[in-house]
Amino acid sequence: MANHSMVTQNESTHKSHVKQLGRILAFREAGIIIITIILAVLVTLREPSFLSIDNLTDILMNISLLIIVALAQTLVLLTAGIDLSVESTIGLVAMMVGFFLQIVPNLPNILSILLGIGLGAILGTFNGLIISYGKVPPIIATLGTLSIYRGLVFFYSGGTWINSFELPGDIKLLSKARFLGVPQMILFAILVALVIFLILRFTRFGRDIYAVGSNPDAAMFAGIRKQKIIFLVYVISGLLAGFAAVLWLSYYESAQTNTALGFALQTVTAAVVGGVSTGGGVGGVPGVLLGALLLGIIKKSLTLVRISAFWQLAAQGFLILVAVVTDKLIFKRGGRFEK
Amino acid sequence: MKSKAISQTETGQSIKEKAPKASLASFIKRWETILVFLIILVIFINTRLSPYFLNLNNLSRTIPDFMEIGLMMLPLSFIIITGNMDLSIASNMGMSASFMGVLHNMGVNIWVAALCGLLLGTLGGVLNGYLVAKVKLHSMVVTLGTYAFFRGLAYGFLGDQAARNYPASFTYLGQGKIFGTPIPFSVALFLILAIIFGIILHKTTFGRQLFAIGNNEEAARYSGVPVARVKLTIFILSGFISALAGLVLAARFGSTRPDNGTGLETAVITASVLGGLDIMGGKGTMYGAALALALIGLLRFGMGLMNIQSQVQSMVIGVLLIISILLPYIGSNLGGLKKFKIQLKPLLTFLGIAAIFVAFLVFFMWSRGIVLSGV
Repeated sequence: MANHSMVTQNESTHKSHVKQLGRILAFREAGIIIITIILAVLVTLREPSFLSIDNLTDILMNISLLIIVALAQTLVLLTAGIDLSVESTIGLVAMMVGFFLQIVPNLPNILSILLGIGLGAILGTFNGLIISYGKVPPIIATLGTLSIYRGLVFFYSGGTWINSFELPGDIKLLSKARFLGVPQMILFAILVALVIFLILRFTRFGRDIYAVGSNPDAAMFAGIRKQKIIFLVYVISGLLAGFAAVLWLSYYESAQTNTALGFALQTVTAAVVGGVSTGGGVGGVPGVLLGALLLGIIKKSLTLVRISAFWQLAAQGFLILVAVVTDKLIFKRGGRFEK
Repeated sequence: MKSKAISQTETGQSIKEKAPKASLASFIKRWETILVFLIILVIFINTRLSPYFLNLNNLSRTIPDFMEIGLMMLPLSFIIITGNMDLSIASNMGMSASFMGVLHNMGVNIWVAALCGLLLGTLGGVLNGYLVAKVKLHSMVVTLGTYAFFRGLAYGFLGDQAARNYPASFTYLGQGKIFGTPIPFSVALFLILAIIFGIILHKTTFGRQLFAIGNNEEAARYSGVPVARVKLTIFILSGFISALAGLVLAARFGSTRPDNGTGLETAVITASVLGGLDIMGGKGTMYGAALALALIGLLRFGMGLMNIQSQVQSMVIGVLLIISILLPYIGSNLGGLKKFKIQLKPLLTFLGIAAIFVAFLVFFMWSRGIVLSGV
């Protein structure tokens, strides 16, 4: 900063802000970045094929769905809430869109996406209503809707499922077709990440979300409509889950009663490893992307290094604990995971 | 009333001079009483719907299904009261049972294997407790990690084998009955432990410390409560009991698989919250939790008799969970409704949202109808 001599006041303030932001960003995510790099290096030494384009694309494909829903979860977590029902939303929307494609097989992909988003938003609205206006604590409300929506999948489908042959070709290509050489699902994930990043960083809504999460009372006194923010956050979460549902249907080419079972905690894990605090108010998009990437690398590297499949889940859990603990120990001051 | 108000402002005090009167109304409004009423209602409705409901044999055969949930609920209530959470209980259960199973498969004596399982589960609790109490990580985060880690260990131990052929002396734990009575052993175990935990929670200093931590951790610390030690203790307890529940489950099934108990933590948390434990900490009773467990158990038993599938059963429990929090809130707000003026904008929003939900339902039933009848 001292290198600039003849600059206007505005310019130097702006530049110093940018530099400060840059430094804070590097400081916060440094822990996860270091761990990710170490892990990647270790794996490549053991198995050089790790750094191949095919492998990396595979990892990115695997985490695209996780990224989209983890970002939705991040918005919710930032308000000191949690959305355990995302997995059931995905399951229900995937089944409903799958069914609708039986009725209208020629449905253009864009309409399928809109249908999924709409259905997801409605399911999210229900969550938002009971949480923000019904004053039901988020963990309880979403625990309830987790079961309710999952039960609805069963009731809706009558126990049947949609398989690959019943799906029109268009929808199956949605995730895998390549645009400029990159599979579209990855592009969708990048798009969502960009939008959420812009919202959180540069809009009033985004700042309000942080405010509500870090100090709800102060936010209220500052004139922020806390109820409205919390309500909207769950609507968006449902919306993104609905979008992910359509991509899920496309990528896995099926919709079953147990679609996305267990996915909710994975999204929370990705967000938390990426620095989002479950107490609200702390965390950002870059961290979550890194968190999802780390989880994807862990999963892939364990396969490549040929650790028996049966120990992989244990290794994943262990590495998550390591990531979280080292992050806490490195940054003792203002630990991100403290209550 | 008015003169009382004046005297209060005169002295500058707003503290009531007498304790709130314990009245019949306040007793009825207590959550536990509502639970008892609901239980009676469920029993009544179910006896109408099915003659098999009050059959003692049937009951004694299904009640053990809930004993593992019940056991894990006991220490979880301690954890919830302090404002924490333990998501790893079901995974701990699976891990301990799997460890015992693999040892037994290798020829180790069943009781030694069981003891090892208990030990491992308790160590799991130590890990949780250490990370929460000493490293000061958020309990949600820690138990999220151990949720995966313990379950992973369960898969690692047993792989794709199952552990089988437990001796009858062991399966007694899950399947046997107390001598001469129709009471299953696991139920007796649960009842005894529930009483012990209840006494600890409501009649000991330790129990009061739990409430103190849940209400205001800083204040509790300044009051001399050994917060870190208490937290460590409750997580170790949770690990131990989860392991015990794992043994009971293995004994009941007569075999062990690594995915035993997957997802059970949701049921335990639901039972605790339904029982009146405040998820924010600081409030709740043990017999509320026990009553909620009984309510859920009876509901599921009744629905099972009517051949309702388990996912739909879970849906009903989910609705019950949400209503249990919503209704008291709406009830306490209805008093102000007399002055409620109907304004245009909120009314339109309300109607709009209602219309959206109706549209959803219509689409739901319509699309379902078409596809299921074979397009």
